[in-house]
Amino acid sequence: MAWVSTLGTYWEPTLAHFLLLSAAVFCIGLVGVMVRRNAIIVFMSIELMLNSVNLTFIAFARYRFEMDGHVFAFFVMAVAAAEAAVALAIVIHVFRHKRGVSVDDLQELKY
Amino acid sequence: METLYADEFYFLGLIVLAPLLGAIINGLLGSRLPRKVVDWVACGAMAFSFVFALISLQGLVNHGANYDGEDGFGPHLTYTVYQWIFSGDLQADIAFLFDPLTAVMVLVITGVGLLIHIYSVGYMADDPDKWRYFTYLNLFVFAMLLLVLGQNMLVTFIGWEGVGLCSYLLIGFWYNDEQKAAAGQKAFIVNRVGDFFFILGMFIIFYTAGTWDYLELHQMATSTATVAQLLPIAFPAGLLIFLGCTGKSAQIPLYVWLPDAMAGPTPVSALIHAATMVTAGIFLLCRLNWLITLSPALMAIIAVTGALTAIVAASIAIVQNDIKRVLAYSTVSQLGFMFMAVGVGAFVAAIFHLMTHAFFKALLFLGAGSVIHGMHHEQDIRKMGGLRKLMPWTHATFAAATLAIAGVPLFAGFYSKDLVLWNSLANTHVLNVQGVIENIRAMLPEDRLQELEVLLTDEVAAAITDAGGEAVEVVTWALALNWGVYLVGLLTAGLTAFYMFRLYFLTFWGENRSDEETRAHIHESPGSMVGPLSVLGVLSVIGGYIGWPHFLARYFPEGLQPYVLGLEHWLADVFLVADQYRLVGRFGESPYLPEAISAGAAIAIAGAGIFLAYVMYIKRPELPGVIHERTTRLYDVLMNKYFVDEAYDFLFVKPTLWLGKASYWFDRYIIAGLLVGGVAFMTQNLGQVLSNLQSGNVQRYATYITVALVLIFIAIYFGVM
Repeated sequence: MAWVSTLGTYWEPTLAHFLLLSAAVFCIGLVGVMVRRNAIIVFMSIELMLNSVNLTFIAFARYRFEMDGHVFAFFVMAVAAAEAAVALAIVIHVFRHKRGVSVDDLQELKY
Repeated sequence: METLYADEFYFLGLIVLAPLLGAIINGLLGSRLPRKVVDWVACGAMAFSFVFALISLQGLVNHGANYDGEDGFGPHLTYTVYQWIFSGDLQADIAFLFDPLTAVMVLVITGVGLLIHIYSVGYMADDPDKWRYFTYLNLFVFAMLLLVLGQNMLVTFIGWEGVGLCSYLLIGFWYNDEQKAAAGQKAFIVNRVGDFFFILGMFIIFYTAGTWDYLELHQMATSTATVAQLLPIAFPAGLLIFLGCTGKSAQIPLYVWLPDAMAGPTPVSALIHAATMVTAGIFLLCRLNWLITLSPALMAIIAVTGALTAIVAASIAIVQNDIKRVLAYSTVSQLGFMFMAVGVGAFVAAIFHLMTHAFFKALLFLGAGSVIHGMHHEQDIRKMGGLRKLMPWTHATFAAATLAIAGVPLFAGFYSKDLVLWNSLANTHVLNVQGVIENIRAMLPEDRLQELEVLLTDEVAAAITDAGGEAVEVVTWALALNWGVYLVGLLTAGLTAFYMFRLYFLTFWGENRSDEETRAHIHESPGSMVGPLSVLGVLSVIGGYIGWPHFLARYFPEGLQPYVLGLEHWLADVFLVADQYRLVGRFGESPYLPEAISAGAAIAIAGAGIFLAYVMYIKRPELPGVIHERTTRLYDVLMNKYFVDEAYDFLFVKPTLWLGKASYWFDRYIIAGLLVGGVAFMTQNLGQVLSNLQSGNVQRYATYITVALVLIFIAIYFGVM
C-alpha cells in the first residue's frame, strides 16, 4: 500500500517503522513506570506500554493479512478498560486515605 | 526330674535369668516397693540362681558318668538360648557352656554372691537408695554369670563389658561424693583400656580360626591337623587377651583402679574385688588354656607379671593405714599369685587359689565392713584396736580369714598357696610344644617340615626325647625363671602373713584408740551380717580340703582319695590339653620330698611373718615408729604406692588432657569457628546483600527485569548465548 504525500512523492512505511514506533512508545512507558512516583502517571505509562503492544499486534496483522492480531488488540483494549476502572478506583481510595498518590507511600504490606 | 539332654540343659539359662529378673524388678519398681520386698527380691534371685547352679552341677556329674568323650572337650552341658548373629562365616549364638571349670566359677559367684547379698541387707539398711544398690548388684551378678557361662567369646565379652559397667555403677554408688564418683570413672576407664586389647585379641582369633566358639576352638587346638594354624597366633592373640585380663584382674600395668575402687560400699568390694569380677581374667586364661600354653614366651610373661604384681602390691600393703586399702592391695597381690600359677601352667592351682581366695577375701572385706559399720565409718586402723571383745563374732571370723590368707596349715589359703608355690617351682612350663617344635624344626630337613605340622600332642614326648641336647639349653633359662618366680612368691607369702597380721593386731588387739564418743557406740553387727560372716568363716577353713598336697594326700584312706585331691580330679578334663602340651614336673613322677620341703618353706616364712607382726605390734609397739624413723624414704615410697598414680598421671592422663584441650581448641576455633562459622558468616552476609535487592519496591523490580532483559538481548546479539 502506498499513498501520495503532499510533497508528491510516494512514501510507504514498512513493518519496521511500525515496530520501531511501538518499541519507542513501549520504552517511554517503561521508563515512566520505573521512574515516576505519581501513581496516576505510572498508570498512564502502563497504558502506553499496553497500547504500544496493540500497535505491534495491528502492524503484524496488517503485514500478514490475518485477523488474529486485531482480535488480540480488542481483547487488550477490553482488559485495559476494565483495569483502568479498577486501578483508578484504587488510586482514588489511596488518595482519600493518604492525601496523596505517591507510590513510595504505599509501604504497609512490604514487611 | 526328667532327663535333660546335655545340649539343651535349660537350667543354665535359668541361672543367668534369675539375677536379671531381680535386677529388672528392683530397677523398675524398687523405688515404690517396701524395703523388705526389695531385700527379698534381690536375695531370692540369688538364691534361685544358686539352686539352679547346684542342679546344673548335678546334671554335669550325671552327664560325666556316661560321657563318651567324643568331642574331646570333657563332660559339658550346653544350652543355646537363640541364634544371635549369623552372617557369612560369623556365627554367634547366645549360648551357655557348663563344664567343670564353669561349675566352680558359677558356684563361687552365686554362693558367695548370695552371702554378700544377705550381708548387704544389714549393711545398707539405712541407705535411702537401697533398691538402686540391689539393682546394680543383681545386674552385676548377671553380667558375671554371662561372662563365665558364655559358650563363645562374644557372650563372654558381653559379660566382660557388663561387669565393667556395673563396677562403675557400684563403685560410684554414692555419686554425690566427687571423689567416689571419680573412683568409679577411673575403674571404668582403666578397664576400657584392657577391654580394647581383649577385643583385638578376639579379632586375631576370629581372623585365624574363623570362630569364637570355645568348643570349636578347643577342637582346633587338640586336633593335630589344625593346631599348626593356632601356633602362630598363640603369642599375639594370647598376649592381647592377657593384657585385657590385666585390666579386669588388676595386674601390672593396669592394677591402679582397684585400690581406688574401695570407694564403693564395702559389700561391693567383697563381691567385685574378691569373689567375682577380678577373677574374670584368671577364668578367661584358664578357659583358653589350650591356646596360651602353645606360647612359652607368653606363659613366661604371665608368670613374671603375676610375680611382680604380687610382690609390689604386698609391699605397698605393708604401710597402708586404711583397712580397706590394705585389703585392696592384698587382693591385687593374691591375684598376682593366681597369674603366677597360670603362667607356670598350674591352672588347677590358679582356680584353687581363686576359689579359696573368694572365700577368705570376701570374708575379710565383709569383716572389715562389719568393723566399719560398728565404728561408725571409721576406716583408719590406727584409730581402732581392742575390738576383739567388743565384736566377738566379727573378730572370730576375721581371725579365721587372716589365718587362711597368711597360709597357716589347716586353713584354706595354705593349700592353694602351697600348690601355687610348689607348681611354680616344679613345672618346667617353658619347654612345651612350641619350644620343642622350634628345636625339631632346626634339626629336621626342609622336606620333613610338612610332616611336622601333624606331629604333635601324642608324639610330643617322643619328640622331646629325640631333641635331647637342644632341649637342655631351653631348660637353663627356664630354670632361672622358675626359681625367680618361686622365690618372689615365697617372699610375697611372708609379706602377706606380715601385713595381714599387722592389720589384724592393730584392729582387734591392744587398747582401743578411738575417741570416747565412738568407743561408746561400738557394737556387734546385726544377724544378717554376722550370718554370712560365719558361713564364709567355715568355708575359709574347710575350703582347702579338696586339694591336699600330694605328699600328704597319699596317707589318707583309700575311700577318701577322690576327695582329698577333689579339685584336681574335677578339673582334670578341662586342662587335659594344657597338660599334654607341657612336660611333666622337673622332679619326676612322685616328688614327695621336694614338695614337702616347699610346703615347709611356705609354712616357715608365713610363721616368720606372723611372728614379726606379733613382735612389732603387740610385744613392742614402739618398734614401728623406730623403723619408720630409720627408713623414712623407703616408707614414703611405699606409702605413696611407688608413685605409680603420679607416673601414670604424668605419662598418660596429662598428655590425654593436653590432647583433649588441643582438640577442643581446634574444634572450637578451626572447625566450629573458621569452617562452620565461616560458612554461616558468608551465607548471612550474602543473604544480607541479596535481601537488600528484594526491597519490595515494584518499580525497582521492573528496573531489574528491564536491565536483565537488556543484558540478555545484548548477550544474544553478540552471540554469547
